[in-house]
Amino acid sequence: MEQQSPAFFRHGPSPAVRLTFFILLSLMFLVSDAHYNYLETLRKALGTLTYPLQRLANAPAAFFDYAGNLLSMQSRLLGENQQLQKRFLLDQSLLLRLKAQEQENIRLRLLLDAKSRQDKPAVMAEIMYTARDPFSRKIIIDKGSQQNIETGSAVIDGIGLIGQVRRTYAYASEISLITDKDQPTPIQVERNGLRAILFGFGSESLLDLRYMSPNADIKVGDVLLTSGIDGTYAAGLPVAVVAKVDRNPAYAFAKIVCTPSAGVDRHKEVLVLAPARTLPAENDLDKKEK
Amino acid sequence: MPGNPIRAQEILLPVRPGFIVFTLIAGYFLNLLPLDSLLGRALPDFVALLLIYWSIYKPANVGIGSGWLLGVLMDVADTTLFGQHAAAYSIMCFLAISYGRRIRMFEPGQQMLHVMALVLSSQITMVLIGLAAKGTFPGWLYFSASITTGLLWPVFSHLLKLPQRTKPDHPTRI
Repeated sequence: MEQQSPAFFRHGPSPAVRLTFFILLSLMFLVSDAHYNYLETLRKALGTLTYPLQRLANAPAAFFDYAGNLLSMQSRLLGENQQLQKRFLLDQSLLLRLKAQEQENIRLRLLLDAKSRQDKPAVMAEIMYTARDPFSRKIIIDKGSQQNIETGSAVIDGIGLIGQVRRTYAYASEISLITDKDQPTPIQVERNGLRAILFGFGSESLLDLRYMSPNADIKVGDVLLTSGIDGTYAAGLPVAVVAKVDRNPAYAFAKIVCTPSAGVDRHKEVLVLAPARTLPAENDLDKKEK
Repeated sequence: MPGNPIRAQEILLPVRPGFIVFTLIAGYFLNLLPLDSLLGRALPDFVALLLIYWSIYKPANVGIGSGWLLGVLMDVADTTLFGQHAAAYSIMCFLAISYGRRIRMFEPGQQMLHVMALVLSSQITMVLIGLAAKGTFPGWLYFSASITTGLLWPVFSHLLKLPQRTKPDHPTRI
């Protein structure tokens, strides 16, 4: 600026001084937020404070959805109902088989003296809106810590994994989608059991399979499931399908691009699974000591 | 332009501080509306618009501090990093205060261009911080929001001045 217009009334420090102070304060906040989590409580407090305003702002869109649903044609609803009944029957038969296998699994684990897995119930939630941050891909759901959502839980829709709970407020939660930049998902290739880590690109709805050597056994069309190793995601959830493999021996790693299996930002209803940590039960440790 | 008289500045009634707070909360509420399915990236930033308006016309009441505070609230609403919106709005309010007296002298149409530039400055700050912290670039279409926000300026500046305009005297009836 060439010349500041002279201030007629001096109210405290000059604008330049105030700006420097607030810029330094913002930088402090940025560094603590990006690298450490000191400000989480402040963010949660402010989030809970502004929650009523957010629900109010969301109300018109929710109302239009509701009105649209009320006005659906009865014929369409009947057709949808029939389809869902058929799917329900098929799913029921699969569920019965699953229950039998679960029982067998528990017996086998007892025989092997392995630690038993604890099944926590899944929580059904609805996507309220997409977060407006243009630098990340996040969605907000309408269940929070008051409804027993834990950070780090996997979030799935009917088809596969869509993301991970990053932050919980009292009555809402932030989910980082798998396509968020540098969001890691540990996966296993269904065909040959190869384990790797999938990262989001951030900009398009694509995923990046990093750190695979150029001669890795992977090809277009391979289905990627969660490997369940880290204890965060349950094993076997569909994540993505390999779309493109670029093997250039000049580079250390192959460039593999995958498309997500689930409707990552399309569906409204999602399921939040508690983290699949295998914790030793109290009596198990006592038995070992004896 | 030939024949264009110097625009006389209106004398406005004083503003109640409650009204300023009300407009800022209303702006925050408008920012929370989920209109991104309709407008996509070109969603106007109502809080920025109101901050610019009050920084120009009432710099004693609304300044860099208020910009910073609203920036923190916007960071919570948009789930961006703490300090991203705050720094962007602080710089924007600083520029608005510094050039405020000059901007007041222009027509609303020309003020619109100034406002677009100010909102653009806040967006550039946001993008720089985003690039430094996360390495993502939101695409060039992100900057179209400054154009849409600027286009709203004439309407908003007229609406916000309404409570301050003196009511016309009622003619006495004989």
